[in-house]
Amino acid sequence: MNLLEVEKLGKSFRGLRAVSGVSFRVAENSIVALIGPNGAGKTTLFNLIAGALAPDSGIISFAGTRIDGLRPDQICASGIGRTFQIVKPFAGLSVLDNVIVGALQRSANIAAARACAEEILRKLGLESKRDLPAAALTLPDRKRLEVARALATKPKLLLLDEVMAGLRPAECDEVIGTLREVNKRDGVTILLIEHVMRAVMALAEQVIVLHHGEIIGQGAPAEVVRQPAVVASYLGDNSDL
Amino acid sequence: MNRRGSFLLALLAAALIALPAFADNYLLSVATLCLFFAYTGQAWNIMMGFAGQLSLGHALYLGVGGYTAGALYFHYGVSPWIGVWFAIFVCIALGAFLGALAFRSGISGVYFTLLTIAFAEFARIGFDHFTWVGGSAGLFLKVSQQNWLDLRGPPALYYYVMLMLAALAFGLSAWLLRRRPGYYWQAIRENEEAASALGIDTFRWKLVAVVTSAAMTAVSGVFLVFYYNNLFPEQIFSINRSVEIILAPIIGGMGTLFGPIIGAALISLLADGATELVDVLGWNIPGVKQIIYGLILFAVVVFLPHGIWPSIARKLNLER
Repeated sequence: MNLLEVEKLGKSFRGLRAVSGVSFRVAENSIVALIGPNGAGKTTLFNLIAGALAPDSGIISFAGTRIDGLRPDQICASGIGRTFQIVKPFAGLSVLDNVIVGALQRSANIAAARACAEEILRKLGLESKRDLPAAALTLPDRKRLEVARALATKPKLLLLDEVMAGLRPAECDEVIGTLREVNKRDGVTILLIEHVMRAVMALAEQVIVLHHGEIIGQGAPAEVVRQPAVVASYLGDNSDL
Repeated sequence: MNRRGSFLLALLAAALIALPAFADNYLLSVATLCLFFAYTGQAWNIMMGFAGQLSLGHALYLGVGGYTAGALYFHYGVSPWIGVWFAIFVCIALGAFLGALAFRSGISGVYFTLLTIAFAEFARIGFDHFTWVGGSAGLFLKVSQQNWLDLRGPPALYYYVMLMLAALAFGLSAWLLRRRPGYYWQAIRENEEAASALGIDTFRWKLVAVVTSAAMTAVSGVFLVFYYNNLFPEQIFSINRSVEIILAPIIGGMGTLFGPIIGAALISLLADGATELVDVLGWNIPGVKQIIYGLILFAVVVFLPHGIWPSIARKLNLER
């Protein structure tokens, strides 16, 4: 069953077609990666799905209901959590309070939200930093906090925008492990934008390649990286896969 | 707050309750004004300190609240204890209108602040020509009766009313801050886009902050008109008034619970102390109060950019 269905989605910025005629599906419980060179329209596509931008044309359905044109908070309430490529922590609040804000989406009770937030911080290895202000975190920790906050809203679909960028390989593997667990144990479907091919190959069951706002290839990771159009536009000849 | 903090708070409350037994009328009037600024600062702090929406036009709610209850009393003899609810209602409507107008059309940051100033200025000019409440000549309340039902009485009455309000505002702020509204407001203050992505209806919660703040400030206005027994559009709606209100929370520490209280105490005591000092020294310098304000503000901004309270709390080890 498809959790997310995107049909002929289009978005232009003053004549620049950032996303055009994009259609794809994300099956429930799967992990799908969205790759493509800088400026391919990946983040715009995320912003369209998450409601930060309204599409010019096309349809987005989530769990059988249309969500295109809804506000970000309504889309979050319907079960889609997202992270931001350029991290947006609540800098003045503690790490724990950052995550509690997300957890309050599913429970108005502060004690319950706190318990949920603490559990998520443990899962992401941030529990020792729970009382620090988010402003004091290093970039890799801020990326983790983005994921923690999004997870706290108990999403059915998690949109991850380059959460591995800037991480060392060992840290990257940790996050891969966490995401796998979130996917397998908690049944969260994941759609991720990622440049770190190591993560893409390890996690994704399906890869979608975007270039100039259009999909130029999709399929299993091992197949996609051999498709000539993909190789030419994105990976180059000497990619170290 | 920890046990030590609670103990100090209880001590402060006891001292404030006992104060009229020891203080003369002058000191009581200084203390009343100080509590007024603590209360009103607390109201403004909800909007700016918690939710990050800067209003430089809070004189609007002060004036409209004051005029509503004042006019009801002047024309129909309605007790301020009843009139205050009308004042709250009118200011909630005004705040909701201003907030909806701004937030629906995506006005934020300095432009939102300009809108709050514009509303207050508009009210000032409007009330200048609103002859039913005296226009620019002002509204004067009868002062003869001594009747607490009409908020007429000795200085201690005003003192206790203001003490009760300040305590209520403190309690309400503390309660809100630890519950969903507090978390949501702070999230919006820190990063509105991220707040929205976490399921917060930012329009709705910003509006709740404006309306809550407006309702609380309306009560300040009602107090002010029954305390001074007169009301002039040029004074109550002036931008000076709006700025005066926000000094206490800024100096004390925006977004903190004790900031408005500490700031108000410091401003009132120092400003009045300075006036006294100047009298004693025989200097006849106009505007010395403003100069003192300016100097304190300058010192706080330079040396304590987050206000006084956060550093006190750290020194005395009062938090956590």
